[in-house]
Amino acid sequence: MKRPFGSQILDAAARLLVPYILLFALYVLFHGHYSPGGGFQGGTMLASALILVRLVRGSTPGWGLDRKRCVALGVLGVLIYAGIGVACVASGANFLNYGALPLPMARPEIRAMGILGIEIGVTIGVMGTMVLIFDLLTDHREDHG
Amino acid sequence: MRVLSFIAVLFMGGVLFYAAQDLPPVGSDKSPAATHISPDYVENSLADAATPNIVTTVLADYRGFDTLGETSVILTAGLACLIILGAAGRKEDEE
Repeated sequence: MKRPFGSQILDAAARLLVPYILLFALYVLFHGHYSPGGGFQGGTMLASALILVRLVRGSTPGWGLDRKRCVALGVLGVLIYAGIGVACVASGANFLNYGALPLPMARPEIRAMGILGIEIGVTIGVMGTMVLIFDLLTDHREDHG
Repeated sequence: MRVLSFIAVLFMGGVLFYAAQDLPPVGSDKSPAATHISPDYVENSLADAATPNIVTTVLADYRGFDTLGETSVILTAGLACLIILGAAGRKEDEE
């Protein structure tokens, strides 16, 4: 999105909404252990906040998330996920068997922490990919001049 | 040829409807899907992973490798968009 189509009203409304969308996305992510939600949903909601900012203000104040960084975030998310799996292997268990991670907790709680870790990875990866696809679809060449 | 395909479709449909009579009723707790490993998950997931949401435990713990694949699929979709749309833009620039 190179050209914004925001007016002052849209701008003010987006400023009001975006913090709550971000907060609710984090709630959906971290409350995934107790209610419907988790990494995929939280990541999509984070991306929706970023896309709202891009729609209203154009891509210049895009919070520094250009194409390269979006790809880097997507890859980082998958790497966090796979890295936790490899850390389990390094701790002497099977791939993605979180129970063996060296944390000072009871085994079930370690598994809950492992689930939270991979959900965070999924969130980062999904957010980067969603924003990347939106940027690619709305990047009109004629705007480059 | 058209008549032949119509007959083939009717035959296949008949076979499927006949076979569907032997399916377990919807929501039955006696069906193979509900008796094999599902009760194990329902009974043990809280003790195994301290997570009340069984769906999360199955998605991220018991079937964690599957979810790793799903995440890679999303990343691959984004990279495919980057290759197709990004390359199309570059060609226009050269013209």
